[in-house]
Amino acid sequence: MELPLRPEIVQSLKAGDEVLLNGYVYTARDQTHLRLIKDIGKKKLPFDLHGQTIYYTGPTPAPRGKKIGSCGPTTSGRMDAFTPALLKAGIKGMIGKGRRSEEVRQAIKRHKAVYFLAIAGAGAYLSKKIAEAKPVLYKDLGAEAVYRLKVRDFPVVVGIDSKGRSIYK
Amino acid sequence: MRKINAEKIREAVARLAIEANLILRKDVLRALKRAYSKERSRRAKKVLKALVENAAIASSEGIPICQDTGIATVFLDIGQDVAITGGDLNKAVNKGIAEGYKRGFLRKSVVSDPLSRVNTRDNTPAVIHTKIVPGGKIKITVAPKGFGSENKSVTGMFKPTDGADKIGRFILEAVKKAGPDACPPYIVGVGIGGTLDKACILAKEALLRPIDKRNPRHHIAGLERALLKKINGLNIGPMGLGGRATCLGLNIEVYPTHIAGLPVCVSISCHATRSAAVTL
Repeated sequence: MELPLRPEIVQSLKAGDEVLLNGYVYTARDQTHLRLIKDIGKKKLPFDLHGQTIYYTGPTPAPRGKKIGSCGPTTSGRMDAFTPALLKAGIKGMIGKGRRSEEVRQAIKRHKAVYFLAIAGAGAYLSKKIAEAKPVLYKDLGAEAVYRLKVRDFPVVVGIDSKGRSIYK
Repeated sequence: MRKINAEKIREAVARLAIEANLILRKDVLRALKRAYSKERSRRAKKVLKALVENAAIASSEGIPICQDTGIATVFLDIGQDVAITGGDLNKAVNKGIAEGYKRGFLRKSVVSDPLSRVNTRDNTPAVIHTKIVPGGKIKITVAPKGFGSENKSVTGMFKPTDGADKIGRFILEAVKKAGPDACPPYIVGVGIGGTLDKACILAKEALLRPIDKRNPRHHIAGLERALLKKINGLNIGPMGLGGRATCLGLNIEVYPTHIAGLPVCVSISCHATRSAAVTL
C-alpha cells in the first residue's frame, strides 16, 4: 500500500486488516507533538502535514553502515491529547502501539483517517523495513526529532478504521 | 581487604549496558519460543515469530532489541571486604553507562529534570541500588527498562488481613490495565512486604530472576504459578490482539513487613525484559 494514503484506500480499510506500507512516514512522539501543536499555522514547516502518516517512534542512533537503529512503535495513548488537532491539520494516518482514547476514535472517524498498529517491541525487526532515515525538524530533540523515514513493506494492522471501528473492544 | 579499581567497574558497566540491550536473556527467549509453539491463534503466532526473529536480528546485527533502551537501573552487590580504589563508585557507574550507550548506539532517553525535561545526551544518571553483602566480590547487574511498561507499574498499600486473594486480584487488574499498551506478552515482577520503597525495589529485583525459576518459598511459588495461569486466561495476547501468551513469567519476591500493613508493588515489564550481570 502506497504512502501518502489515498482517501479511497483509507476508507476501504477495516479494523483488523493486515497491510504492508510503502513510502514516506514522519516520526513524532511526546515533545514533538507539543511543539507541532504550537507551530502549526504559525511557523512554516519543512514538509506539508496534509495527507501524511505519522509514526510514533524514537529510533536508536544508526550504527556504522546502517540507515537506522532499532525503530519500533511507542505507546500511542500518550499522544491522544494532541491527536485531534493534528488530524484537523490534515494528517491521515498514525502508526503506534496500544489503545487510543474515545476522543481520538471519534476524531479518526470525523476526519476519515486511520490508526495502524505496528509490532510492539520489535524494533530490530522493523528497522529492516526502513530504507532511508533523515532528520527534518526539531533536530535539537535528539531521538525525539522528526525523521522522514522511507518504509518498505512495513507490516501493520489496522487498529481503528475510518468508520471509527476499533480492533480493541 | 580486596581492592577493585573503579575503572574495572566502569568498563564492566559499559559492556553490560550493551550486552543487555542487544542480547535477549536466554530465559526470556526460551519462553518466547515456547509461547510460539503453544499458541493457537494465527495472528498471535505470527507476532511471536516476529519477536523471536527480532531477538535474532538484534544479536546478529548489533541493533538494540527495542528502540527504548531505557533508563539504566544498576544493582551493585558489594562485598564488605572490598575496597574500591582509583575513583568515585557512582561516577564510575555513570561513566560506564555513558560509554556503553555511546559505543553501543543506544538511545539516550534520560532528561536531567522531570519538569524542565532537557535530555542529558548520554543517558545518565542511572538509578543505582547499592547493597553491602558478605565477601570480597562485587556483583554488577545492569537492567535497562523501557518506559512503555514502567508507566503501567503500580503500587498498593493493603490491609494486613487482605491476604493473597486480594493481592492476586490487584496484580490481575494491573495487567488488565496495561492491556495491549505495554508490549505483551509481559513479564511481571511483584514485590510484597517491607515498606512502600522496599516493595518497589523487590518488584524490580523479581524481574532479574530467571522466569523459569520459582520462589524457594513453597506458598509463594504456588501463588506465582496460579497468577501466571490466571493472567494467561485474560486473552490479551501478543500486541493485545488476543491469544494465550499474555504473560511469559511472573516472579514474586517477599520481605518481612509491619503488623499494620501489606505493601505491594507490581512492576509490569515487556517481552523484552532485559538485564546482564557480572561478578568482579
